[in-house]
Amino acid sequence: MSHAAEDTAGAPAILSEIRPAVKPRAVLVGHGRSFSWISNKICGIAEEKTPVWWWWCFIMACIVASFTVAGITYLVATGVGVWGHRSPVNWAWDIVNFVFWIGIGHAGTLISAILCLLRQKWRTSINRSAEAMTIFAVVCAGIFPVFHVGRVWYAWFLFPLPNSNYVWQNYRSPLEWDVFAVSTYGTVSVLFWYVGMIPDLATMRDRFASVGRTMRARIYGLFAMGWRGSSRHWSNYEMAYLILAGISTPLVLSVHTIVSFDFAVSLLPGWHTTIFPPYFVAGAIFSGFGMVLTLILPLRAIYHLEDLITQYHIDCMCKVILATGTMVGYAYAMEFFIAWYGANPYEGFAFINRAFGPYWWAYFIMISCNVVTPQFFWFKAVRENTWLVFILSLFVNVGMWFERFVIIATSLARDFLPSSWGYYSPSIVEIFTFFGTFGVFSVLFLLFVRFLPIMAVAELKAVTPQADPHAGEAHT
Amino acid sequence: MAKLFPKSINRLPLQLAVYLVVVVCVATAGVTYYMTPKYTRVGYAPIQPVPYSHAKHVGELGLDCRYCHSTIDTAGAAVPTTQTCMNCHNQIKTASPALALVRDSLQSGRSIPWVHVHVMPSFVYFDHSVHVNRGVGCVECHGKVNQMDVVTQMQPMSMGFCLDCHRAPELRVRAKADVFNLDSKTIEAAQGIDAARRFVHDWNIRPPQSCSGCHR
Repeated sequence: MSHAAEDTAGAPAILSEIRPAVKPRAVLVGHGRSFSWISNKICGIAEEKTPVWWWWCFIMACIVASFTVAGITYLVATGVGVWGHRSPVNWAWDIVNFVFWIGIGHAGTLISAILCLLRQKWRTSINRSAEAMTIFAVVCAGIFPVFHVGRVWYAWFLFPLPNSNYVWQNYRSPLEWDVFAVSTYGTVSVLFWYVGMIPDLATMRDRFASVGRTMRARIYGLFAMGWRGSSRHWSNYEMAYLILAGISTPLVLSVHTIVSFDFAVSLLPGWHTTIFPPYFVAGAIFSGFGMVLTLILPLRAIYHLEDLITQYHIDCMCKVILATGTMVGYAYAMEFFIAWYGANPYEGFAFINRAFGPYWWAYFIMISCNVVTPQFFWFKAVRENTWLVFILSLFVNVGMWFERFVIIATSLARDFLPSSWGYYSPSIVEIFTFFGTFGVFSVLFLLFVRFLPIMAVAELKAVTPQADPHAGEAHT
Repeated sequence: MAKLFPKSINRLPLQLAVYLVVVVCVATAGVTYYMTPKYTRVGYAPIQPVPYSHAKHVGELGLDCRYCHSTIDTAGAAVPTTQTCMNCHNQIKTASPALALVRDSLQSGRSIPWVHVHVMPSFVYFDHSVHVNRGVGCVECHGKVNQMDVVTQMQPMSMGFCLDCHRAPELRVRAKADVFNLDSKTIEAAQGIDAARRFVHDWNIRPPQSCSGCHR
C-alpha cells in the first residue's frame, strides 16, 4: 500500500532526473523497403515462371516421398509386423517419428499464437511459413499412429462413432486424449493459417486479374472469399485472428503435454515422471525453431529476402533455441537428480541404463545436439554466421529426434524384469517410411512456396518503419 | 477490372453448407441402415440341399432341438448326421424324392452339404453349452425356428448384439426347463425383473465384457 500511496502522492523526486537509455527498436524491414516492393517481392515468388531449382527439388522430394508410399504399401499388404517392434519394445520408431514431427509443428503455433498475443512483431516475416510447416508436420506425424494400428481401415475406431460392434474409446487412455489433442491442433492450425492468408490471397487475386490471368485470379479469388480490404473486413478479420490466437495459445502447451502423457501416465521407469509435460513442450518449441531456421535460411538465400528476414529475426530465433535448449538440458539433469533423490532402484537403473546402457550412443548424440549445440548461440558471432546457424539448426533437429528415441526405446528395452530385456533395431521398412516423410514434407512445403504467399504481406507492411507514424522518433 | 465472379457466388457458402449437411445426413442414414449387420445379415435364408422344414418337424411333430443338434448342451453346435435323419426316414416316406440326397448320402458316406446360416467369425470364441446351460434359450439368437420352413437368420449377430445381452442378462434368461422351448417366455416377462435378477444371481451368471472374453 505504501507504494500506491507514494504513486498517488506524486512521483518520487528522483524520477525526473532519470533519463532512460534511448535504445532504438530493431528495424524489421531493412533498407526502408516500400509497400509495393514487399507486395512485388512476396507475390512475385508465386507469380514468376517456375524456377529450375524448384523442379529439381520437387522431383527429388517426390522420389524421397515414394519411400514412405512404398513402406506403407508394404506394411498394409503384409501387416504391422514388418516394422521392427518386438516385445519388449512395442513402441519404437513409429512413436518416435510421430512425436518428432508433432514437436516440430509447435514453433509454428508458438509464433502464430503466443508471439501474436505478446506483440512480438518480428513474427510477421516467419509466421506464414512456420504455420505451413506446422500443418505439414502434423500430416507427417499422423502417418505413423494411423498405420501403426495395423488394419488401417479400422483407424476410424479412434473416433467415437457409434457402430454395431459397440467398440467405444477408453477415455482413461492418454492415447485417446492424443487423438483429440492432435486433431484439434491440426484443425486450428489450418484455420489460423488460412484466415491469416485471406488478405494476401486477395492481393494475389487482384494482381493476377490485373495482368489478365483470369484462371489463377478465380482460384485465388475463391479462397479470398470476396475480400475487398474494407474497414469492416479488417475489423472482423483482426477480431477473428485474435480469437484464433487465443484458442491456439493453450494448444501450444496442451498438445505436447498430452503427447508426453502417452509416456508419463504409464508406470514404466524412465517414462513415469512428472517433469515430462514442461520438458516435452520446451523440447517441441526447441525442435520447431530448429526446423523453422532449417527451412527459412535457404528460402532467404534463394529469394534474397534479407530485407524481410533480417539478422534481428535470426537473432530472435537463435535466442529462443538457446532458451528452450537450455530448459531441455535442465530437464535432463533434473531427471537424473530425481532418479537419485527418489531412491527408487528401478528409476535409478533406468537413467543409468539410458546414459551408459546399450543405447549410450543415442544418449550421447542427444546430449551433444540438444544441450551443447544451442550454447553456441550465446555468441553474437555465431548468430551472425548464417551458415553456422543453419548447420546448428540441423543438429537441433537430429538431437530432438534422438531425444524421443532415447526416451522410448531405452525405457522399454530394459524394464523391471531382466528376463524380458531386449534390444530394438529398426527394420528397413521403418527406415524407408521415416526417410520418406521428409519427402512428403518437402513436397508439401515446395508446393506452398510455389503457390502461396510465403510471408504475411499485409502484416509485413504494418511493421515497416513508414507504417509507424512516429517512425524514427525515439521514445522520450 | 472485370468481375471475376457472378453475384450469385455470394450464395455459394450457404449452398455449400446446406449441401454438406444434406450429404452428411444422407450418408450417415445410409450407412446406418444399409451397412450394418441388421441389414446385411438379418434375413439370410440360403436354399438348403434338402428342403428340411423345421416348422413341420419341430412345430408340428414336436421334435426337441437336441434330438438332431445333440451336442449343443455339452460340446457345441452340431449339424445332424445323415444317420439321424434315417432313424425315422428308413420307416417314413422312404421313397420321397425330396429325400433322395439323404439316401444317397447314407449309401455313399458323403455328408449332406448343408449351408451354414449363422456364421460366427473365427476370431470369436463362442460356446453353445455355456449359454444353454445358463438359461439362454435357442430363440434368443435363432428366433422361432419352430415356425420356419427355411431357416432364416433373425438377429444381426453383431458384437453389439452379443454385448446387449452380456450387459443385461437378466432381460434374456429363461427357466432351465424353457431353454429349448421356443415359445416360452423369459423369466423377466413371466415373473418380473426381480425373479430374473435372482436367477442371474443364483446361477452365478457373469457374462464377460472384456475383449478377451470372446476374442481369445
